[in-house]
Amino acid sequence: MEFTRRNAIAMGAGALLVAGLPMRVSAATSDEAIAAFTGGAEIGTGDIKLTAPEIAENGNTVPIEVSSGTAVEILVLATGNPTPGVATFSFGKLAASRSASTRIRLAGTQDVVAVAKLEDGSFVQASSAVKVTIGGCGG
Amino acid sequence: MASGVKPRVKVPKKAAAGDAITIKTLISHKMESGQRKGDDGNPIPRSIINRFTCDFNGENVVDVKMEPAISTNPYFEFEALVPEAGEFKFTWYDDDGSIYEETKSIAIG
Repeated sequence: MEFTRRNAIAMGAGALLVAGLPMRVSAATSDEAIAAFTGGAEIGTGDIKLTAPEIAENGNTVPIEVSSGTAVEILVLATGNPTPGVATFSFGKLAASRSASTRIRLAGTQDVVAVAKLEDGSFVQASSAVKVTIGGCGG
Repeated sequence: MASGVKPRVKVPKKAAAGDAITIKTLISHKMESGQRKGDDGNPIPRSIINRFTCDFNGENVVDVKMEPAISTNPYFEFEALVPEAGEFKFTWYDDDGSIYEETKSIAIG
């Protein structure tokens, strides 16, 4: 095939399309996960705190902590993972504080998002950018 | 059933009535995410613990739904209220249907 200007432009456009696809897919699924959790309700900011390291050397175990004063449920999402879901914490009657910490896997540098459902039925969101040096999803 | 699964839980031996205590749990489990590829190039099937619950005398403390993004040897730390002496029950649910349980009793003192 002759390498003409027209071909070059076509190939460039194709490459852009392919490169853009996975990101769009992942963004869509984390938005979908949030929508499924909130039922389409509006999300504000406020009574939720997400603690994550700024830089994680190893994406296989990244310590995170979520806490909120009045949350009933907290959904945690890793927006840049192949599957964005991380965990959903539901707090029962005997939970002394609406907080929990755990360790998660991150495929690469990305935003970690926490969405909380509060006692009054409203939703709040917090996010934290984590820089990952070595990805943790294998592959 | 995943091999070598061993739950470990840290609960204080006693607490004052109405106190909040910190509980730490860890269960050894490989948490295969389903994203990795084996030596033959085929993806290794997903095998994770998908749910963890903690109850005290039948009353729920936390209930966590887990996805493959939880690290190997899932670890959780949270706080629980102790209204009376009793028993904490921890349950982990595996993808393959296995259920791992652990109990810890706590005294008032």
